[in-house]
Amino acid sequence: MKAITRFFRRKEVETPVDIAAAALRSDRFRLERETDWLRLEKIVTELEKNRTRKLSDDDILDLPVLYRSAASSLAVARETSLDAAALAYLETLVRRAWFQIYGPRSSLWTWFRQFLGGGWSAAVRSLWLDICIALAVMVAGTLVGWLLVAKDSEWYAALVPGSLADTRQPGAGKAILEKSLQGTENTHGLSVFASYLFSNNATVCILAFALGFAFGIPSLLLLVYNLAGLGAMLWLFHDAGLTTDFIAWLSIHGTTELFAILLSGAAGLHIGRSMALPGEASIMAAAAQSGRRAAQVMVGVVLMLMIAALLEGYGRQLVSSTPGRFAIGGSMLLFWLLYFFAFRRSSVGESA
Amino acid sequence: MRNANSYAMIDTSSQKMRRVITTPEGITLPATIASFGTRVAALIVDLVIFGTVTLVVVISLILLAINVFKTADNGPLAEVLVVLLLLSLFAARYGYFLFFELGPRGATPGKRLLGIRVASRDGGRLRVESVIARNLMRDVELFLPWQFFSIASAGEGGIFAGAATVWFLIFALFPLFNKDRMRAGDLIAGTWVIETRATKLSTAMSLENTATENYHFGSAELAVYGEFELKTLERILREDNAETLETVAATIGTKIGLSSPPGDERQYLQDFYAQLRARLESDMHFGKRKKDKFS
Repeated sequence: MKAITRFFRRKEVETPVDIAAAALRSDRFRLERETDWLRLEKIVTELEKNRTRKLSDDDILDLPVLYRSAASSLAVARETSLDAAALAYLETLVRRAWFQIYGPRSSLWTWFRQFLGGGWSAAVRSLWLDICIALAVMVAGTLVGWLLVAKDSEWYAALVPGSLADTRQPGAGKAILEKSLQGTENTHGLSVFASYLFSNNATVCILAFALGFAFGIPSLLLLVYNLAGLGAMLWLFHDAGLTTDFIAWLSIHGTTELFAILLSGAAGLHIGRSMALPGEASIMAAAAQSGRRAAQVMVGVVLMLMIAALLEGYGRQLVSSTPGRFAIGGSMLLFWLLYFFAFRRSSVGESA
Repeated sequence: MRNANSYAMIDTSSQKMRRVITTPEGITLPATIASFGTRVAALIVDLVIFGTVTLVVVISLILLAINVFKTADNGPLAEVLVVLLLLSLFAARYGYFLFFELGPRGATPGKRLLGIRVASRDGGRLRVESVIARNLMRDVELFLPWQFFSIASAGEGGIFAGAATVWFLIFALFPLFNKDRMRAGDLIAGTWVIETRATKLSTAMSLENTATENYHFGSAELAVYGEFELKTLERILREDNAETLETVAATIGTKIGLSSPPGDERQYLQDFYAQLRARLESDMHFGKRKKDKFS
């Protein structure tokens, strides 16, 4: 402890050290540059604390210069000095400054603007193959659900979770099923319903994405399971002669929600596929690259699910006519397709 | 304490955890991978902070809701509160880590406390997408198995609770099975977590007493030791422990055959340090480096 208090005292008093009197050349080198290092340290500390207002314009302008000179001091010191304290200090200083200069300079807001203005759609387009595979799997899942229930209606209970099924059971009359597709005039409680739907769906989608880590297989299984339930319900309503009404009821939010589920499954698959078949790159590099691309898609998925929840919570309950529901669902689908595949303003997403 | 610690760290940090980052200027910077224990500790700190804040928000919203329900039964205000609750839980779960790791320190409060941060593995910029990717994975690694576990143990228990535990353990122990201590999220995001303690600049040991040089060592005596010993000597001088100084002075004394007068070990070692450094540095100018006493 004694040594430390002595260092602090010395620093506080700040006695001007006679540079010429220093016997060692490396000490003279250090004393000549020390002030710059300490200034750089001060600037970096303020930047780390996010207190840019405390810095003058001069400080900001000098930062790259100070950084470069500290970096070259480090390079010289490594070849000429054995002052371990100064070397250790310079290494941490240059590293901290480097993080500030090459850190995520763009704010979250700037990133988000770039993301909406091309980054997102570019990321989605780069996953086209995975989207095709996931789509095929989803269609297959729906078919499997339909066929299983058509063969033996006992399957219905296994495929559709109990809380969702309520009155919509095999054997329920047409009137009951028709009623379940009705809207409601009362808006009360709809926002709670919408926010619940959103956080629930988002968790499922994030799960589909993250499970891609296990070579994408669990992501696909999750898609099959979710869509098999849909196929089972489709069969149930078809059996009661309500196919068109059911599809309209589903499509109002379903085009957005199922599209989001499709994208999250594709994102998971993309990671899994690039890890299983990394190609020229190392597995690590391939995983990191695909992970970043998929993460962009996932931010978009969360946004889509918010919209889907609003459509489901409000739109579906308030718009009860079949053509009206088709119109909203269809135009949402058209909007997403145009946005993802026809909208190419910039290639920010790929280079970012 | 920080000063002494950071020097100790330089020498004791295991060689296996050291990596080199190359900056765009071509400067190589050493980086130390954060150990598994440090990261677990950081996570616990974060979960405590995160848990406390969430709990406070939830409780205050519920209390508010109860009061609102009392005054205007089932009013739209109560509905807004429930929506707020659901959305804030979602935002907290995904936002906490994201927000802090995107900041200028690249670290959550827990990481900051333990002196570690997230960095890009390729030495480039830490991208926003990377931080998003590593934190989406956290959900599957941490939150979901817990959720499954609590559902399973409340309901059927048995196999499902066991499966949730296995699931959790696979991801929790993942960092131990790769040399960079990456968790699954780091792997797909292209990031790693490194130590980033700030070091204070301390005065050069050789400047402590240039005016009062008492002891002189000859060329043969200085030729015994190398850079490693010099570094160790610097550390010992900074720690300034009387007993250690005595032992080291005695060791050096017997080795070079010029022992220190009792009671003046510090001065003796300081002079030896300054002169050994002068000699080794002047050799460096001619391209000769002596790594340690064996070379």
